[in-house]
Amino acid sequence: MSIWRRLTDGVPARALGALGLLAALLVVAPFLLRFMSAGDYWLSILILVVYFSYIGQAWNIMMGFAGQLSLGHAIYLGLGGYVAAALYVNLGIGPWLGVFVAVAAAMLAGGLIGFLGFRFSLAGVYFALLTIAFAEFTRILFDHFKWVGGSGGLFLKVEADGSAFNLQGSPLLFYYVILALAAAVFVLCRWLLTSRLGYYWLAIREDPEAAQAAGINVLRTKLLAVLISAGLTAIGGVWSAFYYKSLFPESAFSMGRSIEVTLAPIIGGLGTLFGPIIGSALLVGLGDLFTSLAEWLANTWDVKTAGLKQIGYGIALLLIVMFRRDGVWPWLARRLGFDRQREDRP
Amino acid sequence: MSGAHLAVRGIGKSFRGLRAVSDVAFDVPGGAIHALIGPNGAGKTTCFNMIAGVFAPDTGDIRLDDRSIAGLRPDQICGAGIGRTFQIVKPFMGLTVEENVTIGALARTSHVPEARAAARQILRDLGLDDRRHVRAVNLTLPDRKRLEVARALATGPRLLLLDEVMAGLRPTETDQMVAFLKDLNARTGITILLIEHVMRAVMALSQHIVVLHHGEKIAEGTPQAVTRDPAVLEVYLGQESH
Repeated sequence: MSIWRRLTDGVPARALGALGLLAALLVVAPFLLRFMSAGDYWLSILILVVYFSYIGQAWNIMMGFAGQLSLGHAIYLGLGGYVAAALYVNLGIGPWLGVFVAVAAAMLAGGLIGFLGFRFSLAGVYFALLTIAFAEFTRILFDHFKWVGGSGGLFLKVEADGSAFNLQGSPLLFYYVILALAAAVFVLCRWLLTSRLGYYWLAIREDPEAAQAAGINVLRTKLLAVLISAGLTAIGGVWSAFYYKSLFPESAFSMGRSIEVTLAPIIGGLGTLFGPIIGSALLVGLGDLFTSLAEWLANTWDVKTAGLKQIGYGIALLLIVMFRRDGVWPWLARRLGFDRQREDRP
Repeated sequence: MSGAHLAVRGIGKSFRGLRAVSDVAFDVPGGAIHALIGPNGAGKTTCFNMIAGVFAPDTGDIRLDDRSIAGLRPDQICGAGIGRTFQIVKPFMGLTVEENVTIGALARTSHVPEARAAARQILRDLGLDDRRHVRAVNLTLPDRKRLEVARALATGPRLLLLDEVMAGLRPTETDQMVAFLKDLNARTGITILLIEHVMRAVMALSQHIVVLHHGEKIAEGTPQAVTRDPAVLEVYLGQESH
């Protein structure tokens, strides 16, 4: 009860109600989709939304809470996926066990990057450059790492005796696994924000010098943000590796993948808990919309529209960022009356 | 809570060969209120920054209750019992007044509700309680100065370093702050060292004044003695001394 009170303290009842409704809807969504045409397709879209909200939430701990910009989160996704997949393929160790090694590997990488960056006072874009550099090093390393297939890639076979025990099965299994992860990380983030660590992160984000004068060990507190973010991201990487069943250094550690992680929380609202969810829904939705539009144009009017999706997507992102500078969620929350206590929101 | 004794022993600091502070020594006994004054560029804030751990002194030693604290990090200095404010205020802009002060109070307890309760008490004492849900970015300068003091106090210091907390305040607001600090000192016995240009506040608060000029101590003593000191008058008014 006390944990429940702590998590919900200051949250308007209608916001809690809406959250409950959203959770319930997501749980029953696969059954509702069965009655729709192309239900499998919509389930795959929903899986993407939940996946990007999960990894967005993990990235948001570093950027949104502690104010540390990482543009190299692909390293944690890739390491997580590769470690669990390689342990399974090469040694027969299942993902439910492998995930612990994967998380440890990602935390080790995060700890190294964080220590180097923070110890030598790299801040802002310079720290971000360091994160990019490490993701690139790792990509090149894995290109020549034969045990995990090198540049030829690593593949997980579809096995006859596949089951939830080795994270093989229908999209439904993957949907519920990622949904459980997303729900858990949501609660974890809320819990962190109500803890001393959460307050310390916000203090460092707002003003590192004042934070230190208020007694905060800035190096240690920032490192904790990287470690937690890296570990959680690696779990997403494991899920993603087993869902897609193939890994290539070229894509697993790519800059594009790192950017992909950051978009949902930026569009949705940095440092907010709903931002990554709303942002992810918007991004995946928009992407799908433009894909469909391009197909429709090609089929109906025989208009060749190569690149339409990318251009449309780009313009839509630009407009959102221009008109909702703090992201969509803070604006939406005000509209819905979900604001917490603060009386002076702009 | 009782005040700590600060002993500054011949500290000096150079920046790229330029001596900002040289061989400055003074004492602030436990429970006392002392002021550090001097013209712009005299090295007051540099002295503060050395005491607060922003940088280590090149020479000399700083002792708090006879334990050397020179060279410790700012967060360690805070843990040792020194709270500070910044001359250019540094509130956590995006956070509410209550969150700002709660962060300070978390230096003493890891229990957030307890820290929040302590913050509320300090905000009431400083007359900021009605603005506790306002974000710092929307506060007026006087309120930001008060917030700066509140956050420093929340860390539970035994020595409070105040860097020009009266600057920019109206006379009535200055008097309120003076009254608050006097009462705080009487109630808790906290030691206070303030840098201040507002002489009205310096004279009303401090029992002892240290005067810096060009990084050196040129005088110290009671407010009455210091304000009659020819060296001090020369520095402030440019009088011929002979």
